[in-house]
Amino acid sequence: MRVNGTEVAAEVEDRLLLAHFVREVAGLTATNIGCDTTSCGACTVLLDGESVKSCTVLAAQADGCEVTTCEGLAGPDGQMHPVQQAFHTEHGLQCGFCTPGMVMAAVSLLAENPDPSEQEVRAALEGNLCRCTGYHNIVRAVLAAARAGVREGGAR
Amino acid sequence: MSIMGTRVLRTEDPRLLTGGGVYVDDLRLPELEQAVFATFVRSPVAHALITGIDASAALEQPGVVTVLTAADQPAGDGSPFAEPLLAADRVRYVGEPVALVLTEDRYQGEDAAELVMVEYEPLAPVTGVDAALTDEVLLFPASESNTVQTGEAGNSDDASFAGCDVVLERTTVNQRLAPVPLEGRAAAASLEDGRLTFWCSTQNAQLARGAIAGTLGLDPAAVRVIAPDVGGGFGAKVAVDRDCLCIAFAARHAGRAVRWAETRSENLVGMTHGRAQRQTYKIGGTRDGRILAYHLDVVQDCGGYPRIAVLLASLTQLMAPGVYDIPNAGAAFRAVVTNTTPVGAYRGAGRPEATAAIERAVSEFAAEIGMDPAEVRRRNLVTPDKFPFTTPTGATYDTGEYVAALDKVLAAADYAGLRAEQARRRERGDPVQLGVGLSCYVEVTAIDGADGETGRLVVHEDGSATVYTGSSAHGQGHHTAWAMLVQDELGIPMDRVTVIHGDTDAIPDAIGTFGSRSLQLGGSAVYQAAAEVRDKARRLAAGMIEASEADLELDPERGTWQVRGDPATGLSWAEIAQHAGPDGLSADVRFTASAPTFPFGTHLAVVEVDVETGKATLVRHVTVDDAGKIVNPVLAEGQRHGGIAQGAAQALFEEVRYDADGNPLTSTLADYAAITATELPSFELVASETPTTINPLGVKGIGEAGTIGSTPAVQNAVIDAVSHLGVRHIEMPASPERVWAAISEARAGR
Repeated sequence: MRVNGTEVAAEVEDRLLLAHFVREVAGLTATNIGCDTTSCGACTVLLDGESVKSCTVLAAQADGCEVTTCEGLAGPDGQMHPVQQAFHTEHGLQCGFCTPGMVMAAVSLLAENPDPSEQEVRAALEGNLCRCTGYHNIVRAVLAAARAGVREGGAR
Repeated sequence: MSIMGTRVLRTEDPRLLTGGGVYVDDLRLPELEQAVFATFVRSPVAHALITGIDASAALEQPGVVTVLTAADQPAGDGSPFAEPLLAADRVRYVGEPVALVLTEDRYQGEDAAELVMVEYEPLAPVTGVDAALTDEVLLFPASESNTVQTGEAGNSDDASFAGCDVVLERTTVNQRLAPVPLEGRAAAASLEDGRLTFWCSTQNAQLARGAIAGTLGLDPAAVRVIAPDVGGGFGAKVAVDRDCLCIAFAARHAGRAVRWAETRSENLVGMTHGRAQRQTYKIGGTRDGRILAYHLDVVQDCGGYPRIAVLLASLTQLMAPGVYDIPNAGAAFRAVVTNTTPVGAYRGAGRPEATAAIERAVSEFAAEIGMDPAEVRRRNLVTPDKFPFTTPTGATYDTGEYVAALDKVLAAADYAGLRAEQARRRERGDPVQLGVGLSCYVEVTAIDGADGETGRLVVHEDGSATVYTGSSAHGQGHHTAWAMLVQDELGIPMDRVTVIHGDTDAIPDAIGTFGSRSLQLGGSAVYQAAAEVRDKARRLAAGMIEASEADLELDPERGTWQVRGDPATGLSWAEIAQHAGPDGLSADVRFTASAPTFPFGTHLAVVEVDVETGKATLVRHVTVDDAGKIVNPVLAEGQRHGGIAQGAAQALFEEVRYDADGNPLTSTLADYAAITATELPSFELVASETPTTINPLGVKGIGEAGTIGSTPAVQNAVIDAVSHLGVRHIEMPASPERVWAAISEARAGR
């Protein structure tokens, strides 16, 4: 599969989860694992552009696919993606553990709905748990990223 | 212009947002390259004798290095309630560690752990405080009782209720909660030349080092503990617990590096739970709204081993009278062990429980006498002229503006407008009723201020600075706040200040983070260290410029020392540090506080209740959370937001449940209803700053305040929404089933 644009090939056990493939094989540890029931969303990545919880996808199922993790969002010059920037500006993160998954879920939402309402943002993030922020500033960050996207005539 | 009190964005963020933090399980260090993975075999039964363990089948599995059991572990301390590393002859809760499997690969551990055969002889489970109090079945036969400790304080007795027009008494449950930091417990250990390096997701690296050294019989100098990024703590990662100690022990026993990161299913039964009190409150007063007497009786469920639950109960006792000037107030507790997961600190740790009881009691008292709950509160709040105010239970509140906090919230929420809207909905029999709930609170932070916190500041020869802080951050923003303190005091720009914490080699002496102590103790230590460095620099600069110290000034904008009004004489921090000699320009401080501080505030929750389904929805939440001076509103607001959400979660959704046999019913996040974004509104925060005089920054703790204030406000709002139907009380969490049942019972006139 291609992970953040780089080809990653390995022989793996049938049962290896995509989350573990990304972390252990591709060596990209921004993607965190916060539960074992597909409940928390910390492991959210984009699989061929769609957000998935990578703890619930087998690595083998992603064979030949394009995987994007939080490490793959920044621009070539290291500049933060508008969603990452908005999380910073709006204080949308504290301990940072849910953050990569939350950012990926937000990127996915804005790709589908560039101008969501607060309620639409909350609904889209229902599958991503955060224990630190009370979601208040995460929601503000996503709304701010949407506004920035509109201003820039579409996000990257 | 001073940077203090301004909205500075976090310096921690770019790293966490782009590459992600480096939590224990993310460590890719040479020392851990050959590490084996640890997998626990945990008790599947709540209470049983262990009659045999057979690991032979597991040992034959591919990749299995060894299987550790109680037979391998060091001897305990022999105290009656002693907690072993691995269960020896008896298990006392589902999830208790029984054996530890070490494997070359993570997945092999799951396979092998299932093949460790443990024989159990079941014992009758003690699954509630009532069963515990009978002492019919003892968890620790050597102790002769399940009651670990009792306490009492205050001056409330039967006579103090005798003169009251109205006396109400109710038994209620402050339910057991799971802290659920998004990162569960995790640890890694490596041995090199007889020295143990231990990476741990902890709030207190230094306390962890002491615990590890003590358990393993090592010299503390032979142990280095490092807390890398920590994915939330909320009190449940204070120091190290037995599971983490097992990892240190395993590395030493096996002579291999070991790593462990628990699964969420383990976390929900293995990490300490919070709250878990049964409370009986008694409140008495006059029909014109004066509260004359209050008593709170607590039975604290400690779970299977008495860790620090006794401390929680004693804090509840201390804070029982809350914000009110009640002539006769008191509290008592009994702390008991039961066959459930051990209970420990969870955001608020004893104070949310005290607040929940009295705020429920006061609202119920208001309903009984037919007076507006805001008015009853106003008539009984401690007034500003009474501070410092000593309560009958022994707390001395430093500073407070309780009436002002209440009035600000009522104004910001348009309380009169809300009551009018509530009346309209009641009038027209709207299926969605409106409830308004209040909670006025005071809490205690840095209760161990006398132990203090350390801070060391070094100004380097290039003019940059490094802060070594004993406070350990796990999301609070210490790097940003501490750098602000240095910039403000010394004029060294924030981006030239590095903040280091959570490494016992760099900071051997420290306490760490709990009880909302960081800014007021750790921050004050940094502030004091900066002040000392400033004094040293003044002396050095005076010698260099050949001027009198009194004639020198620091230009905070340029970060230079100069003769007053003469910028041409300016000396930079780099020049002074270069001149400072071999000892450099630094200060090493332990700041201690003479007393705790008492943050306070008011929360107002607006809830809609669908009377046909019982579903309660939090639609607004307005708060004042006064924690003294604010260093950075961005960080303070973030702490309040998170606290409000966790507190609302207790009122509406979250509860750790067990069946009658002590089997956990909420051991996954599919079962435990951790609050989500859709269940919360945006919060409305009102600013308020009443400084304390206890520390030089004038600050109090803000980390737990939101949780303490919000729970009773939301619970009171749910009850208020249906009070016109005759409902007087609903237990937490106020699930649709409970709300619907309460409405039905009230309508049936029961």
